Amino acid sequence: MARRPRLAVWKFSSCDGCQVQLLDCEDELLALAGQVEIAYFLEASSAVGRGPYDLSLVEGSIASPADLDRIRRVRRTSRRLVTIGVCATAGGIQALRNFTTLREVAGAVYPRPELLSSLETSTPISAHVPVDLELRGCPVDRRQLLEVIAGFLSERRPVVPGHSVCVECKARGTTCVLVARATPCLGPVTQAGCGAICPAYGRGCYGCFGPAESANTAGLGAAWERAGARAGDLTRALRGVSAWAPAFRDGGGGDGR
Amino acid sequence: MGGEARTIRAGDIARVEGEGALRVRVRGGRVESVELDVFEPPRYFEALLRGRTHLEPVDITARICGICPVAYQLTAARAIEAACGATVDGPIRDLRRLLYCGEWIQSHALHVYLLHAPDFLGRDSVVEVARDHPEVVRRGLRLKKAGNRLMEVVGGRAVHPVNPRVGGFHRAPGRRELAVLVDPLEEAREDALATVRWAAGLDFPELEVEAELVALRAAGEYPIDRGRVVSTGGLDVEAAGFGERLAEAQVAHSTALVSTLDGRTYVVGPLARYSLNSDRLLPEVRAAAREAGLGPTCRNPFRSIVVRSLEILQACTEALAIVRDYRPPEPSFVAVEPRAGEGAACTEAPRGVLYHRYRLDEAGTILAATIVPPTSQNQLAIEADLRRLVQRGLDLPDAELAHLCERGVRNHDPCISCAAHFLRLDMVALD
Repeated sequence: MARRPRLAVWKFSSCDGCQVQLLDCEDELLALAGQVEIAYFLEASSAVGRGPYDLSLVEGSIASPADLDRIRRVRRTSRRLVTIGVCATAGGIQALRNFTTLREVAGAVYPRPELLSSLETSTPISAHVPVDLELRGCPVDRRQLLEVIAGFLSERRPVVPGHSVCVECKARGTTCVLVARATPCLGPVTQAGCGAICPAYGRGCYGCFGPAESANTAGLGAAWERAGARAGDLTRALRGVSAWAPAFRDGGGGDGR
Repeated sequence: MGGEARTIRAGDIARVEGEGALRVRVRGGRVESVELDVFEPPRYFEALLRGRTHLEPVDITARICGICPVAYQLTAARAIEAACGATVDGPIRDLRRLLYCGEWIQSHALHVYLLHAPDFLGRDSVVEVARDHPEVVRRGLRLKKAGNRLMEVVGGRAVHPVNPRVGGFHRAPGRRELAVLVDPLEEAREDALATVRWAAGLDFPELEVEAELVALRAAGEYPIDRGRVVSTGGLDVEAAGFGERLAEAQVAHSTALVSTLDGRTYVVGPLARYSLNSDRLLPEVRAAAREAGLGPTCRNPFRSIVVRSLEILQACTEALAIVRDYRPPEPSFVAVEPRAGEGAACTEAPRGVLYHRYRLDEAGTILAATIVPPTSQNQLAIEADLRRLVQRGLDLPDAELAHLCERGVRNHDPCISCAAHFLRLDMVALD
């Protein structure tokens, strides 16, 4: 039997949710474990296999000096490195602190912030090491995650669409919440992948998968105004889980085109 | 051994949520210090919530934990409702409890089968367990899937559900949408009962938690989404009163915030919930507990696997009843008008009592937020367990002792990601 590809799963600053999505593939988990050698996956196994790894899945953002050292080691020992989730691809919800100062946020939580070891900002993996593929989402979608692993196993590029959530709403047959119900929705500027869950539950998209290709946030601002949104609402909505993604970072204030 | 120093290390504790390491120092045959060193960087949620509106913490705080997001969402919602003087009851509350049952089922099934079981079976991971016991693992995965399916139907997705909001839900699922859950939940109930019987037959090392047990308690029900905070030390207060007695301290030479209750070490989680509420379990769950050899209380952290299994059975049975009687609430949420004030709430996350408090201005802008996750409350109790395990196991070789310590940590299912505070513990001996 040919050597099975070696898989590693790493966690940086994050909530664990994207790794959990892998463990939540209940129907595929054991089959997957037969096709790859799970060499390093601390959440799931105490067996720790040394590198090199054929595929590393990386969850979480870089938020501390120790993270920085570790991601460089991970990159050196990984043939392919795929980042999973909004923390790893855009800095995550914790990147909201990038809009203020570390001193301010740390002082609000800890009596002695000087004892902490944090970087000034929370940043995506790609800001520090080359990344082979970025999988978006908060959390990543299980089907997309399996597609990435399947693509890797068959040496083909995984199919991960870059179009907006609107396309998924149409496919799902959901009436547009922005047009029909004047509910503020980030769907037009947010990348597909979740299956357009929020509009199907009667609320607007809140941007878990980050900016779609050629997201026009300024144009969306005009549509929100027509729907009765107040000044500042769009910026507040963009300052969510994907706040530090480049096309969302200016809060809809730039021309965004 | 004389005055010789010995250090037992467990670098990178596996099968916990989040990343940490462990170091125990022994000198002259006595445990000198226990350090649970957690290199999870802080994420500063409480600071990031300042200036947001009262409707936003439900989505934001979910991101504290990918395993128990609903605990954060519902605790945040209830604390904000308390601050605004709103009450959410009746069918909306039933739907909340149903969603929370889903989280208990998937989170407990994850811990019982994927994180904890390998310890009892002498394996590194669930994949290895599956080689010898495929039917056991398949049962665990079925249970986990049933919990996740429930969360998907009610919440929109299992990790970071989108449907909960302040006041209730964005949309109440229809009767037919929920009906698809009946068969999986029926099967899950059988699987849960089989889980209890299987777990009861595992081999449990002796160990007793000595700390005060703290859990919620509510009239006529097992505590999940609400209740007063009670303890074996006689505590009996509302959430707000609980907050007043909690002290969060940044320990000297460390960057951890650890909680004490009126200055005492205490423990939250399945053992505390069960010991303070075993009379509130459904009759069939109580019967299963007796059959599993459990009395009305349980203080052995190794046996928490049995208690979690019983709680899965409780959650499956309750969920099934809610689904069967379900009528969609109309409207799906109570309008919660902001007002200046402060509100606190506690719920029972799978890992134990979770506390949120928010202070709002008249427009609903958050002026201050406090979140105390179960894991930072259990930190000192976990330490105390490790101290006893090590003291008793001094004759063991280092590797075995380190493994025993890791088991001692995993018994409490710590969620290091949850504990935005929980950074690095470096304490000297407590006695």
